[in-house]
Amino acid sequence: MSVTTENTGRPAAAVKTNHLGLEKAVYKGAPSTLCKGCGHDTIGQRIINVAWELGLDQTQVVKMSGIGCSSKSPAYFMGWSHAFNGVHGRMPAIATGAAVANRDLTVIGISGDGDTASIGTGQFKHAVRRNVPMVYIVENNGVYGLTKGQFSATADLGQRLKYAGLNNLPPLDICLEALAANATFVARSFAGDPRQVEALLKAAFSHRGIAVLDIISPCVTFNNHDDSTKSYSWGKQKETALNELNFIPPYEEITVGYYEGEMEVAMHDGSRVVLKKLDPDYDPTNKLNAFQTLESARQNQQFITGLIYINQEERPDLHELLHYTETPLVHLPEEKLRPSRQALEEVMAKL
Amino acid sequence: MSIAEQEAPSAVAKQGEVINNFSLNIATINGSGSQTSNGVLLRAFFKMGIPVTGKNLFPSNIQGLPTWYIIRLSKDGYLAHRDPYEIAICLNGRTVAEDMAKVAEGGIVLYDDSLPIAARRPDVTYYPMPVSKLVKEANVAFELRDYIANMVYVGVLAFLLDIDMGEIEAAITWNFDGKPKPIELNMSMVHRAYEWAQANLTKTDPYHVQRMTGFNEDKILADGNTSAALGTIFGGVSFVAWYPITPASSVVDGLSKYLPRLRTDPETGKANFAVIQAEDELAALGMVVGAGWAGARAMTATSGPGLDLMAEFAGLAYFAEVPAVIWDIQRIGPSTGLPTRTSQGDISDAYFMSHGDTRHPLLFPADPAEAFEFGIVALDLAERLQTLVLVLSDLDLGMNVWISPKYQYPEAPLDRGKVLSLEQIQELGHSWGRYKDVDGDGITWRTLPGTRHPAAAYFTRGTGHTDMATYSERPEDWENNLKRLRRKFETARKLVPAPVVDLPRSGTAQAGIISLGSNHPAIVEARDLLAQQGIETAYLRLRALPINDTVREFMHTYERVFVVENNFDGQLHEILLSEEPVCGGQLISVARCNGMPLTAAWIAEQIQKGL
Repeated sequence: MSVTTENTGRPAAAVKTNHLGLEKAVYKGAPSTLCKGCGHDTIGQRIINVAWELGLDQTQVVKMSGIGCSSKSPAYFMGWSHAFNGVHGRMPAIATGAAVANRDLTVIGISGDGDTASIGTGQFKHAVRRNVPMVYIVENNGVYGLTKGQFSATADLGQRLKYAGLNNLPPLDICLEALAANATFVARSFAGDPRQVEALLKAAFSHRGIAVLDIISPCVTFNNHDDSTKSYSWGKQKETALNELNFIPPYEEITVGYYEGEMEVAMHDGSRVVLKKLDPDYDPTNKLNAFQTLESARQNQQFITGLIYINQEERPDLHELLHYTETPLVHLPEEKLRPSRQALEEVMAKL
Repeated sequence: MSIAEQEAPSAVAKQGEVINNFSLNIATINGSGSQTSNGVLLRAFFKMGIPVTGKNLFPSNIQGLPTWYIIRLSKDGYLAHRDPYEIAICLNGRTVAEDMAKVAEGGIVLYDDSLPIAARRPDVTYYPMPVSKLVKEANVAFELRDYIANMVYVGVLAFLLDIDMGEIEAAITWNFDGKPKPIELNMSMVHRAYEWAQANLTKTDPYHVQRMTGFNEDKILADGNTSAALGTIFGGVSFVAWYPITPASSVVDGLSKYLPRLRTDPETGKANFAVIQAEDELAALGMVVGAGWAGARAMTATSGPGLDLMAEFAGLAYFAEVPAVIWDIQRIGPSTGLPTRTSQGDISDAYFMSHGDTRHPLLFPADPAEAFEFGIVALDLAERLQTLVLVLSDLDLGMNVWISPKYQYPEAPLDRGKVLSLEQIQELGHSWGRYKDVDGDGITWRTLPGTRHPAAAYFTRGTGHTDMATYSERPEDWENNLKRLRRKFETARKLVPAPVVDLPRSGTAQAGIISLGSNHPAIVEARDLLAQQGIETAYLRLRALPINDTVREFMHTYERVFVVENNFDGQLHEILLSEEPVCGGQLISVARCNGMPLTAAWIAEQIQKGL
C-alpha cells in the first residue's frame, strides 16, 4: 500500500491512498438521513473502508437496493457508483438483470429484513438459487422503521414492541434460507463488530457467485431494547463468533505459517481467506454442519456470527450457466446484435 | 392449371361446383396430435396458392377435452375468421352432434365410423371414415396410433377435395423437418386413406380445391409469436426474462429456437444474448428493468395475469425512465379468464398500467409481418423514449398461423437513444443532470453503469427526484417532473408508428372505422360487405397509442366513426373519447368479446345498424 503526501492547503500531512491512488474520502456518499446511531450507517462505513482498502473501482460497481431504511443506505457510500433504489423486495431481480447485462460490473445489493425476509423472500431465494454474482447484504434489525415500528419476519417469537404489541410468529432465519437455496457463501455478523464485518465483506467481494451477509443492524429508534436480539447490548453481550477471518488479497504474498485450528480457503480470484476456528468443531465448508449449527443456535437463542458456509467449487455462477459472451452484453456492437439480411432470407425460406 | 393461370384470383367453377371458397371445421380431441394434420392441410392449401386461414380453438387442457380447427379457404383473399362451415370433420364423439348440426346447408360431414351418428340431415352429405380399421391395417406401434389416426382425414380430404398430394407430402416433410421415419409413417397413412376413399366413396358434393395464383406469391405462412420473436432478434435484443403463460410462451419458444442459430458468436461460439426463465412475472420485468438500466436491449413476453404482476415495475420503468419492452399476447380476462381464447381486453390496463399518473406507449401489430416490424420498433422506441413500451398482440395473431407479407429487413440502424459517452461526460463533468431536459423534448440523457468517470454515476429511484437525480419531496420538483414526462409523451405521439388510413376506392365515405391489431382482416372484409350494400367507409387502422393528429382529424372528418375492438367495454373507444372529448357524439363503440376473433359479418351488421 502506498502512502503519498498531498498539498491540502494545511500543514503537510500524510494522506493515505489506496492502490488506485485514491483517498478514502472519495469512497463516501451523501450525508446520511438515517437516525443517529443506526446500524446501517456503521455498515455503510465498513463498506467504504473495505472498498477503499481493496481499491475497488467505484465506476465499475453498482449499488442495488429495494425499499426501506436499509435500501436508502446506498446513497451514503461510494458516490462514484451508479445506484438503483428500486421497489420493495425486488432488488434481486433488478440486480440480476444488471449483472447479466454487464458482467464486468461488481454488484452490491443492500436489503433489509422486510425487503428480504418478507415481501421479497421469493426473489431473494431465487437470486441465491441462480447464484447471481453479487454481494448481498441484509441489514437486519427485525423491525420496519420507515412505517414506524411493525414487526418484520425476523422478529423474535414472543417479542414485545410498543407499537406492534406481541409477536407470536417464529422468525425466519436468513442464513438458513440462503443455505436451503444452495448459497455458496453465507455469513452472519453484527454491525457492532466492525472488524468481523470488514473481514467478511472482503471475502464476499472475492467470492464467485452470490455472497449472503446477514448483518444484525440495530434500529436505535424502534428495536434497541436490551431484551431484543437485534439490539446493540444483546449483540455485544451474546455474540459468539465461530471463526476469525483474515483476508489475503491476491497481490499479497503469504509469509505466515498456519497455526493449529486455522484453515485456508482459496477464493476464485486468487485471494485467500485464513480462518481461525474459534469453535474447534465448526467447519464452514460442511453444509450439514452449517445447517445444524444455525438451527441449534436458533433454538437456543444463541447469536452466532462469522463465516457460516463457504464453497467455491460447489456450483457455477449465473455467468457460467448462461454460456454467454465474455464481452458484456451492453458492449456488443450492432453487427453482433442484428443478424444479416441474408440470415433473414434464410429464416423466411424455411417458414 | 391453364385456367388458373389466366386470372387472379382465378379459380373458376363448373356449374354448381364450389372451388376454393368454403370452410372446414375439424373436431378432434386435445392431445391426440391433430395439430400436425391440421397444419399439413393449411400448408398444402397455402402452397396451392389458395388464400387460407386457420383458427385453432383449443381448450386449457393437456389431453382429453374437445378441440376444433377451422380452416377457411377464400378465393377472394379474405383472411378473417368466418362462422359458418361447409365441411365438418368429426372425430370427437362428445361434440359430434353439435358439430354436425352446425354444418351449412348443402355441406358435408366426414366422420369416424365408430362414432354414434344419430339423426342424419337430409341437406347434408355424409362420408364415413373407417379410422380404426385403417389404423389397424397400418400395423404401427400402439403409442403412434393416435397420431397417425389423424392422417386418415387428410387422405380422405385429399381425395374428396382434390388436394395436391405433392403439397401434402411437402407439408409433412416440412413439419417433420425432413426426418424420413415420421414422414414415411404419416405419408403411408395418407395414401392408405386416399386409396380407401377412392375405392369406397362416391363423391356427390360440390366442394373442390384448385391451384390458383395471384395471392400467395411473395407471402409467408407464420404465426405472430414466432414473428415477434424474430423481430425482437433482428431488433438486437440481448436480454430476455420471462415466465411461462399461455398464449405468450411461444414468443419465448421462438426466441429460444432462433437466438442460438442467429446470435451465437461465430468467433467464440458463445451466446450474444441471455434468456432467463424467472420465478414469476414480477421478477421477469424486474430483470428486464435491471438489464435495460444497465444498457441492454431487454424484453419480456406475457399475457393479462402476468401483466397484473408487472404493474409495479411498469410504474418504476415509467418514473425512473428505464427502457423496457413487454409483449402482451392478450387472452380473455378478467382474472384467469379463458387462457386459450383471444381478446383485446388489456388496452386500458396496459395504457395506464401502475398507480399514480402513469401512461405507456402501446403498439398494435395487425399481422405477422407487422409483429416482426414491431419487434424492432419496440426496442428502438424503448431506448429512444427511455420508458416501457408495450406491444399488444393477441392469441389469434400470436398462436394462429397467418398468411402474411414477408418480413422487411430493417433499413435504419438500431436506435440506442440518448446515452452519454465517456467523452461527453469528460466534457460535461458534474454539470450533466440525469433528468435535465436539455433538448426540450422531454427526453433526457442517461449514462450507463460502468462508464469510467466519477461524474457518470447517478442515483436511480422510483421516489421523487430533481433534475440532478437527487431525492426531493418539494412540490415544484414533483410537478416539474410530471410535466416533463408529459412532454416526453407528446414526443412519443410523433415517434410511434403512425396509423394507416384507407379511403373508399370510389365515392365518399359515409362513415369512418377505427380498429386495431388482429381485427384487420375482418374489417377489410366487412368494408367490402358494406360497399356491396352501397355503404362506403373510410378505415383508420390504429398502430399505436398515444394517437397523433391524423387520428384526431379522422375522428372529426366523419359524422359517425365506429371504433371496432375485441373486448366488452369498448376500451379503445373510451381512450379515444378521453383524448378527443369533442368527438363524443360521433364515436360509436362496436365491441364484442366472446373468445372468438371478430367476424366481418358481425362488424358489417353492427355498422349498418349504427348508421
